[in-house]
Amino acid sequence: MNVYKTLALGAGLAGLLLSAAYAEGLQGKVIGFSQIGSESGWRAAETSVTKAEAEARGIDLKFADAQQKQENQIKAIRGFIAQGVDAILVAPVVATGWEEVLTEAKEANIPVVLLDRGIEGPEDLYLTSVASDQVKEGRVAGEWLVGTVGDKTCNIVELQGTVGSSPAINRKQGFEEGIAGHANLSIIRSQTGDFTRSKGKEVMEGFIKAEDGGKNICAVYAHNDDMAVGAIQAIKDAGLKPGSDILVVSIDAVPDIFSAMVAGEANATVELTPNMAGPAFDALQAYWDAGTAPEKFIITESKLFTSADDPQGEYDRRKGLGY
Amino acid sequence: MTRPTVDLRPTTQPPMPRARPIASFFTRPQVIALAAVLLVNWLLFPGFFTITWQDGRFFGSLIDVLNRGAPVAILAIGMTMVIATKGVDLSVGAVMAISGATAATLVTSGVPAPVAVFAALGTGLLCGLWNGILVTVLEIQPIIATLVLMVAGRGLAQLITEGYIVTFSDPLLIFIGTGSFLGFPMPVVIAALLMILATLIVRRTALGLLIEAVGVNRSAARFAGLSAGALLLIVYTFAGFCAAISGLIVAGDIRGADANNAGLWLELDAILAVVIGGTSLMGGRFSIPMAVLGAMIIQAMNTGILISGFSPEFNLVVKSAVIIVILVLQSPISARLFRRLPGAQK
Repeated sequence: MNVYKTLALGAGLAGLLLSAAYAEGLQGKVIGFSQIGSESGWRAAETSVTKAEAEARGIDLKFADAQQKQENQIKAIRGFIAQGVDAILVAPVVATGWEEVLTEAKEANIPVVLLDRGIEGPEDLYLTSVASDQVKEGRVAGEWLVGTVGDKTCNIVELQGTVGSSPAINRKQGFEEGIAGHANLSIIRSQTGDFTRSKGKEVMEGFIKAEDGGKNICAVYAHNDDMAVGAIQAIKDAGLKPGSDILVVSIDAVPDIFSAMVAGEANATVELTPNMAGPAFDALQAYWDAGTAPEKFIITESKLFTSADDPQGEYDRRKGLGY
Repeated sequence: MTRPTVDLRPTTQPPMPRARPIASFFTRPQVIALAAVLLVNWLLFPGFFTITWQDGRFFGSLIDVLNRGAPVAILAIGMTMVIATKGVDLSVGAVMAISGATAATLVTSGVPAPVAVFAALGTGLLCGLWNGILVTVLEIQPIIATLVLMVAGRGLAQLITEGYIVTFSDPLLIFIGTGSFLGFPMPVVIAALLMILATLIVRRTALGLLIEAVGVNRSAARFAGLSAGALLLIVYTFAGFCAAISGLIVAGDIRGADANNAGLWLELDAILAVVIGGTSLMGGRFSIPMAVLGAMIIQAMNTGILISGFSPEFNLVVKSAVIIVILVLQSPISARLFRRLPGAQK
């Protein structure tokens, strides 16, 4: 694992060049980062990107892994306050129960930035929050498909995330907004693939059988890349060509979807960026330099990647990040 | 020397039909349930029974049911024997993850595929042996003993894969998951072979009877001269072995070992398959083919829901409703009712 993290830091060098301009402003600042844990590849990537971003800016980052427990996060934040850090980043594991410890940070005059998830409670407890817009992710995917198929009729099958989870609800809603007003595009089947490869494959197999051996399907939209990777295998097993017979669009931008793109088997993915810390550091710098309080909610870019965007390069860039 | 005549058979349950004519096979509740589920699938999707020949293999929804049901069926084969000894093995899902992780990690680090496969099966045997030792030597209750590995095992698998989905392109591993033999998917072939072998071994030798004896009354079996401990060790080890095979199949299917999700909750599906197959959780009488049939009923439902076009919010509701109906049909009370009906007509 450590080897990979070192690699990840190396991969962050690209970011280093970009961020060189900021190096002076935050040089020597001590910032604490209370991370949830490493339950998913994306989370691991967020950790390594945050470390790389901090290093690029000359920040002394104090990292604390909470192993999915709020009590550990609260302990870590109290520890940061006692050490007298300049700022604290928190990826809160749950939405409630933060008033007390964040009030302590506020009284100590330490700005707090929330990463990736929000909390319930008074907004003046934190400086700002950096998160992605899941509805927008779905909308970007939908708009890409609208632009790609043009006037042709397109029957879409949808692989949903875990039933009831917020990314599944929001990414579904966003996609529907994206294709709204285009009568030639319609979602003909939608089922849950639980965000996993094997369920994605199984569900896609079922869809293909139910839709005339897949001839009736023009595109598959998956709420995450893993399900798309499973669907691609199901499409191949059915003797069809993913990427041309059936278009594949998904969300997350993990390395494996880029290797599928290199092979021409996936068409587009929308990035859920693991770089939440970059905008957070920028906001802190603006706050310290100019004294301006940043917006309360900073939304990260939901960037679209297609096969035209150097998938091999994107794969190489992401491979070492811990996905 | 005369042995004490101890009736090891349970007296409270109706006798399991074992050597009855084939005609009675079709009147068993499991067979009727499977037929009913398949019929409903056909009504929802008229092409359900259509099977075509494509790229040298059969292709169709019915094949999907067999193929997707195979991992749980294989788990159920091992689970049947464990449950027949009045035990349960909660760790099989985690053992699947360990097995897949082992094979994938070895193959990607350059170890020849056959070695990786044997190593994966070996880890399965070891995991099963561990459960067996906890149950026999330390005499921990099976549900607790196997819970240890259920929780810790997934962590072990994540440790092996370092938290990544380890993808591979090794032809042998992929063949185990997605290859075909005589037109049938490999998982189906493996499950069928294992079912036939296991059934022959337990029914053509005294092993099956001995397992039932231990399940009904372990002390009595021991007093009757059985080495119950050794039998339990064998049974748990075999369950671990079955789980390792399933793990290889699931990993081969997606060409990668997903330690977080491989086999997740499948231990519950396997237990359900065994129960649908008519084996009692109280131990004793068991039937391996019926447990495999139980796995197929579960999968037929899953596939049916996928092709029916219901929205996913209904998945679990439909599944639980059907299972409740099947279990009620099998309950001793309804069995008595069924027996009374023809009698009343006479």
